[in-house]
Amino acid sequence: MPVEARVADLFRAERGRIVATLIRLTGDWDLAEECVQDAFARALECWPREGIPLRPGAWLTTTARNRALDRLRRSTVEAAKLREVVAMPDDDPEALDDHGFRDDLLRLIFTCCHPALTLEARVALTLHTVTGLTTAEIARAFLVPEQTMAKRLVRARQKIRNARIPYRVPPAHLLPERTGGVLGVLYLLFNEGYAAGAGAELLRRNLCLEAIRLARTLVDLMPDEPEAVGLLALVLLQDSRQAARFDGGDLVPLEEQDRARWDGEQISEGVALLDSALRRGRPGPYQVQAAIAACHATAERAADTDWPQIALLYGELAKLVPSPVVRLNRAVAVAMADGPLAGLALVDGLADELTGHLLPATRADLLRRLGRNTEAITAYEEALALAPTDAERRHLARRITEVTAVKESARP
Amino acid sequence: MKYMLLICVDDTIEPTAADPTIEQWLAEVGGRRLDGSELRSIQDATTVRTRGDEVLLTDGPFAETKEHIVGYDIVDCADLDEAIRIASRHPCARFGSVEVRPFAE
Repeated sequence: MPVEARVADLFRAERGRIVATLIRLTGDWDLAEECVQDAFARALECWPREGIPLRPGAWLTTTARNRALDRLRRSTVEAAKLREVVAMPDDDPEALDDHGFRDDLLRLIFTCCHPALTLEARVALTLHTVTGLTTAEIARAFLVPEQTMAKRLVRARQKIRNARIPYRVPPAHLLPERTGGVLGVLYLLFNEGYAAGAGAELLRRNLCLEAIRLARTLVDLMPDEPEAVGLLALVLLQDSRQAARFDGGDLVPLEEQDRARWDGEQISEGVALLDSALRRGRPGPYQVQAAIAACHATAERAADTDWPQIALLYGELAKLVPSPVVRLNRAVAVAMADGPLAGLALVDGLADELTGHLLPATRADLLRRLGRNTEAITAYEEALALAPTDAERRHLARRITEVTAVKESARP
Repeated sequence: MKYMLLICVDDTIEPTAADPTIEQWLAEVGGRRLDGSELRSIQDATTVRTRGDEVLLTDGPFAETKEHIVGYDIVDCADLDEAIRIASRHPCARFGSVEVRPFAE
């Protein structure tokens, strides 16, 4: 493998860990990131001449550490900090073993996702610091100006420093609530990419892949946390449909997707992970959602989907996460299991709680299936006015055309 | 690291007997609380602004909100998590809010 490609691979795989270690050693997020950046640049210079070292991760860490040492010596600000960095032995395998790396990375993820930061800041900081996406890339992915994203990152890091947000994995009594926050950030990240659709899109697709990669990392770091495993299963199962979800930029509904194009490997990995998580007997919202995704993923044809089971699972989910969107999804599942009329009653019960296009879009589909086409068209039009993405608007417009055509031909 | 805890409550809300008392909280926090006091009500507050040569006085607090600062505590903690834990145990956090603000040291 050519050196450049190897360095690019290492950047993806190791950068977060090395930054995490440098932050622990120096306590300075900016210095840590700059020195790690320098170390990768040095690798690109030296390795073509000297060959790729036996343990490239250790080489990069040592190089970044020495660079930090230089910079601290020159500024001579923090004598104590300097002593600490010097005390880290150069070639001590203990200092650089997987365990130390693992703790540092976990510490970094939990600090980036600290609940004293805004949710946007948590997402941006995780992407930037752990995965190494640039400010410009993150800004583009979240459709905000680069300057806005840069300010968000600066503010987050200032707060970590000024309010002294601890750089650590929280103690046991805080772990359950903090883990939920970390999983929430990763799932948000995935959905940012997943909901985006086909066009914009390479970068948004990257968000899904980064979220899957981070979820994998988290499972590595916390193998005993069934919800982490559940989240990884969930994102794999959802992502397995990626190739079939769009037809030339148009959203294809689940029941019309070409299941041959679903990623079978991702599905079997997701199902296996879910099984191992459920065996621990501590179900949570991500495991239940993964179970729902698994019901879809394992049905050979849309008609084979186990809707009664899905309706049951949504009932469980609604107990764990009492949100109107979950109840809307439950209504859809009930409509599939017991008929559109049963679903419509549940949907109408949500009218006061749910704004946005999802409610009218769901109502419209149920009305269409009941043959109440005039009401369906009104609801589709209401949804169309509220839909946030082009793909969704095109899908709704297509439905309006279809239902209008049925209505015309039915006219005596 | 020092943090200021600004204790804010809506004074129409009465604490219940089930809430822990401030004495219990003080005993729990111990030496980490450096200073603090309850404040008189906003009826006794005066807000001062100077604009040019003029000193402008307003009867009452600086902001029109339901929750007002009724007291403060200064605590010395290792980090924000410890300050949050102490703030979360403050009796007023149950029905009001506690703003945790680091000192600029």
